[in-house]
Amino acid sequence: MVKTGELKKIVSKWKDKEGNLIMVFHEIQNRYGYVPRDVSMKLSEMLDVPLARIYEVLTFYNYFDLKPPGKHTISICMGTACYLKGANELLKKFRDLLNVSEGETTQDGLFKLNVVRCLGCCGLAPVVTIDEDVYGKVQKEDIPDILAKYAVKEKNA
Amino acid sequence: MKNKKIKAKIAGIEVNVKEGTTILEAAKTVHIGIPTLCKHADLPPTAGCGICVVKIKGSPKMLRACCTPLENGMDIITQDPELVEVRRTILELILSNHPNDCLKCGRNNNCELQTLAGDFGIREDSFEKLLRNLPEDKSTKTIELIPQKCILCGRCTNVCQQIQDVWALSFLERGFYTRISATGDIELAESPCIKCGQCSAHCPTGAIFEYDETQKVWDALMDPDRFCVVQIAPAVRVGIGEEFGYPPGTNLTHKLYAMLKRIGFRGVFDTSFAADVTIMEEATEFKRKFEKDKKNLPLITSCCPAWVDFMEKYYPDMIEHFSSCKSPHQILGVLSKTYYAEKNGIDPSKIFMVSIMPCTSKKYEITRSSEMSSSGYPDIDVVLTTRELGRMIKQADIRFKHLPGEDPDNILGEYTGAGVIFGTTGGVMEAALRTAYKMITGEKLKDLEIKKVRGLKGIKEATLDIKGTKVKAAIAHGMGNVGTVLEKIREAKKAKKETPYHFIEVMACPGGCVGGGGQPYGVNNELRQKRAAGLYSDDRGHKVRCSHDNPYVKELYKKFLGKPLSEKAEKLLHNKYKKRPVYKR
Ligand code: SF4
Ligand code: SF4
Ligand code: SF4
Ligand code: FES
Ligand code: FES
Repeated sequence: MVKTGELKKIVSKWKDKEGNLIMVFHEIQNRYGYVPRDVSMKLSEMLDVPLARIYEVLTFYNYFDLKPPGKHTISICMGTACYLKGANELLKKFRDLLNVSEGETTQDGLFKLNVVRCLGCCGLAPVVTIDEDVYGKVQKEDIPDILAKYAVKEKNA
Repeated sequence: MKNKKIKAKIAGIEVNVKEGTTILEAAKTVHIGIPTLCKHADLPPTAGCGICVVKIKGSPKMLRACCTPLENGMDIITQDPELVEVRRTILELILSNHPNDCLKCGRNNNCELQTLAGDFGIREDSFEKLLRNLPEDKSTKTIELIPQKCILCGRCTNVCQQIQDVWALSFLERGFYTRISATGDIELAESPCIKCGQCSAHCPTGAIFEYDETQKVWDALMDPDRFCVVQIAPAVRVGIGEEFGYPPGTNLTHKLYAMLKRIGFRGVFDTSFAADVTIMEEATEFKRKFEKDKKNLPLITSCCPAWVDFMEKYYPDMIEHFSSCKSPHQILGVLSKTYYAEKNGIDPSKIFMVSIMPCTSKKYEITRSSEMSSSGYPDIDVVLTTRELGRMIKQADIRFKHLPGEDPDNILGEYTGAGVIFGTTGGVMEAALRTAYKMITGEKLKDLEIKKVRGLKGIKEATLDIKGTKVKAAIAHGMGNVGTVLEKIREAKKAKKETPYHFIEVMACPGGCVGGGGQPYGVNNELRQKRAAGLYSDDRGHKVRCSHDNPYVKELYKKFLGKPLSEKAEKLLHNKYKKRPVYKR
């Protein structure tokens, strides 16, 4: 998937610079939206840095993702207002339906489940966003229908 | 400048030490104790835990004794109520992330954290308990990783990365979420881990320990259909005593035979006998290459499975130089199910062979390739480490002190001085040279003790004149040292130059098997030396000190194998190697 030639270019760009490990992986993260495992392995060889060290760095900074991002990002607001209006229950429902925990992406790669802080529209609490779409006053019974919209869209695409 | 002396006081006692000595080391010279947790004698300080804090008189500042060098004129306070209070708080904080599982933990009774908690009289959880929910990793069936019990001391990562140069372990994430894991967040069995167990021998807590198989052995002993036999490796006899209060290096060979018979084994054998057989095969391999195929030298020893695993992953280009000999315990295993079974009219399928080893990687070795069952039965059924045997003896509650010494069961028990020094770095080389010299020249080596191959230096070199050829030997122990030696071979090959070494011995563990990953806890160089000394004095005490002079070995070849490297020997005692991926995913 990721071409060796491309990696070589990135490596040679940063090779002799201070802190090159982080910069190289920044570029990978930006380009692919995450750091694929096989890229880490290849770079470990090219840079002569043990994979152990690379993963220490990659997991130390929140900036890096090690799993491919989901096609659609679900953000459940856990700000005070939403929390008081039962956001926790929503999170539970999403978890059950998608069979993932927060921060994870579903097996089919369709959804990534995130928990976020106050989205600034507390009047609509509890709030859930999927990509750019905002859903307010969400009841947990609504969730299957909401998810279905995206799944159907995907099928027709 | 280098030998500048430092004069200072520790707990009121004057000390004179070399510049650069840490406060902790200096205190030891005058027998003043300072509690430690993350620091290990083999490893540089990580200064991770803070329990070793001390003060300088007149200053409120606290210093970590394990990583602060002593300076001229310092007056160090190692104990006062405030220090005790601070140390207790540090301990309580560590315990707040640690499960209260001691009763069911693999380290119950010999955990460094538990001991400190006991010493400091911790009776309650003073801080809110915050446990991390982390999965256990038993994938290697050799060592178990229980990250929840990790106190992040850094000993295992240090050993695995710096001493062993394997890089199979590292810390991931940060802050409260920091956790120990196999490299790249996969399972250990998929990682570069070579199963040496050095991490488990250095971990202060129950976060990494040997995969316990004692129950399997009890079950077999209880089964009337099984004929249970056992063998002990060289290094076990000088290690096991430490579990029972004997001074390090005490040789308990004959008491151990008696002990194993009391526990219920019907045949008690000695791996040192098989080491003699290994030497016959390996020295013959060497002779062949030496006489007909010098280009194909060096010959590299293969009796350490962690080293074999390392080579298959990192140096597959060395496969052609590897001795094809199985390790001694596999050889003894296969002989027990063929030669011994035949001689005694026992159905080999009923024989249950237990290897008592200083080693965790031998648990992995017994299934590493199909040749490990070359007789049609597995050479070995279960491998127990010295520590596991210690527990079995405690469960049986038989006391060494009151046991008479007994003899092993022939025909697989009697060993020579050469066979028993296999347990220490340099020992395999010394034993092999004694026999190779005889095989090539027809004469006995005059001075059997080859001192240059002994001792704890990471890489040792020795030259032996065999028929006018200066045979150059190299010995490496501690996996991190082997690279230096093998790179020289690679270079010479590339440049088509003569090989810098003819014969190379490698053992993965620092000090060799006496410092094996399955040996009693608390290892350091002093202990390694004492254990090795126990083996060397066993050698000196033997009338027969060369493998080729072992009468039982001669009988084995005469009655069963024919001669070394015969077709039968090749089939039963040898094996093949293959390139293996460093990462399985
Ligand atoms: S067994 Fe050896 S190689 Fe494997 S993790 Fe432990 S120290 Fe590293
Ligand atoms: S696993 Fe053991 S040795 Fe490794 S960091 Fe944790 S406590 Fe220390
Ligand atoms: S040196 Fe000995 S104890 Fe260590 S891994 Fe090798 S065979 Fe096992
Ligand atoms: S708390 Fe959810 S939008 Fe403010
Ligand atoms: S022993 Fe000194 S900081 Fe841990």
